[in-house]
Amino acid sequence: MENRSFIQNFIARPEFGPFVLLIIELVVFWAINPDFLSPQNISNILAFTVELGLIALAMTLLMTSGEFDLSVGSLFGFSPVLMWTLFNGGVTSLEMGFAVALVVAALIGLVNGWFVTRLKIPSFLVTLGMLLVVRGTALFVTDGFPQRTWSAEGSWLADMLVGDFYIGPFRIYASLFWFIGAAIVLGYVLTQSRTGNWIQAAGGNPNAARARGVNVDRVKVGLFILSAVMASLAGIISSLRTSAANPNSGTGYELEVIAMVVIGGTALTGGRGTIVGTVLGILILRVMRNGIVLIGVPGLAYNIFIGAIILGMMALHSWLERRHQAGT
Amino acid sequence: MAEPLIRMQNIRKSYGRVQALVDANFHVNEREIVGLLGDNGAGKSTLIKVLSGAVPLTSGDIFVRGKKVDFRSTSDAIAQGIETIYQDSALVTQLSIARNLFLGREPIKPPRFLNRMDQEAMNTVARELLKQVGISKNIPPTTPIGSLSGGERQAVAIARAMHFDSDLIILDEPTNNLGVAETQGVLSFVRSARDSGHSCIFIAHNIHHVFQVVDRIVVMRRGKVVAEDIDPKQTTVAEVERIITGMSDKEIRDAIAEGSQPHG
Repeated sequence: MENRSFIQNFIARPEFGPFVLLIIELVVFWAINPDFLSPQNISNILAFTVELGLIALAMTLLMTSGEFDLSVGSLFGFSPVLMWTLFNGGVTSLEMGFAVALVVAALIGLVNGWFVTRLKIPSFLVTLGMLLVVRGTALFVTDGFPQRTWSAEGSWLADMLVGDFYIGPFRIYASLFWFIGAAIVLGYVLTQSRTGNWIQAAGGNPNAARARGVNVDRVKVGLFILSAVMASLAGIISSLRTSAANPNSGTGYELEVIAMVVIGGTALTGGRGTIVGTVLGILILRVMRNGIVLIGVPGLAYNIFIGAIILGMMALHSWLERRHQAGT
Repeated sequence: MAEPLIRMQNIRKSYGRVQALVDANFHVNEREIVGLLGDNGAGKSTLIKVLSGAVPLTSGDIFVRGKKVDFRSTSDAIAQGIETIYQDSALVTQLSIARNLFLGREPIKPPRFLNRMDQEAMNTVARELLKQVGISKNIPPTTPIGSLSGGERQAVAIARAMHFDSDLIILDEPTNNLGVAETQGVLSFVRSARDSGHSCIFIAHNIHHVFQVVDRIVVMRRGKVVAEDIDPKQTTVAEVERIITGMSDKEIRDAIAEGSQPHG
């Protein structure tokens, strides 16, 4: 078994399927419309990709631990609303509003984790309830109207999170570096650190992990907090970039993010997760969304393609898993 | 007489009105393999759960080398050197052999704040341990547990308990669903654990497996220990089966006395 070639090992990895699919997508879209790989289009794809991507990275760790979080889309909408409401009302500076929004998100994550680990309620139900509470609060506070956001110009916070510059013909936002940094750190945590071993054990066999003295509940609560904070950060980044804070924004993102994670090869049942796979999953869905519009397929048909990708990738992962279990 | 490694005294455990253990007394000596037998519902599992810290006792005392202990969790029992290996729940199938061996006690590479596991050290120790428990096939320590056979998984769990110097290894149905060769493998792991200074409690439905490996047999019935000094060399499977299925105390004494007579 130790003598397997590099190619065989690569093919057996859960990231192999998503990698091939991404290459196919890129080639097909580029062949049909060469503008697909134009610097302007690549810049466009990357700008929003990294915002959803930040949530997907945190969700990867949470799903590896055997839980998931449906409240991330509502936090994506709520956090910028909270930050701008505090700032516009003269209660805090923009930076302090940002800090408050992150702390509130962390508390929401803590509550999610507490309900799941202490009250033993499935995360599906807990975070569904939290989705409604958070979205309802955002709508109630704003009467359903977007918040004023034009005063962020020149703020160091805005420069740090979404400042843009050009590398050659590519327009790059600072958020891309936050995304790359988060992917490296969380990839390291999951594969190299002791915490990563506990996360995988918590999802794979929580009883065995507890029997070995691993504090499974603490691991899961920490990941719920991480997930909520990343969703909040993503929402604020998106709000600063587009100069908009709509209480309805982020609706439906939770399912798109979960789709990105499972397409990448993370097991929905927990125990196995891959950050590299999630990055590929993020790119697959965002490239698909952008590409089908560029090649002239009606945007309303997007979900047909996404559904087909999810089904196809699940079939592939299931086949790879069976091969893996058989030790071939 | 030397204090036993483990002594459980007048253990009671009730689940509501159901009395799972009624004044059970049980002990394990140093370097001893004890076979714990009993019919379904006899109280074996509850006794083991109490000893492993998985469930709290209602009343009674547990002593480790004469010192009274109070187990509130499995971590407490592990800290006292008591390791329980359940057939299906001891390992994480998605993790590699090495990562399972060190789960919860992963060695960290300096600088410590990076929290980075020392995977080379883990793999080196895992390779050595696999050799020690007699897994002869060339299985790399990076292999996921999910790819191993039932016997190999038991071996990994036993190797882990041995490596972390557990004084007492409790094996709950370790030979269930195993083939003949794999069962013999597991029995030899148990012997090698004793030879290296560990004690074991061996629970199995198959009495023949118990007879092959244990030094002493303890039988439970209806929450009580009804016989605790049965020498497998001095008795027969049929006699132990009669004790398990239930007889009066006199009948049990007679059966043991009869069993200690030489057999033709």
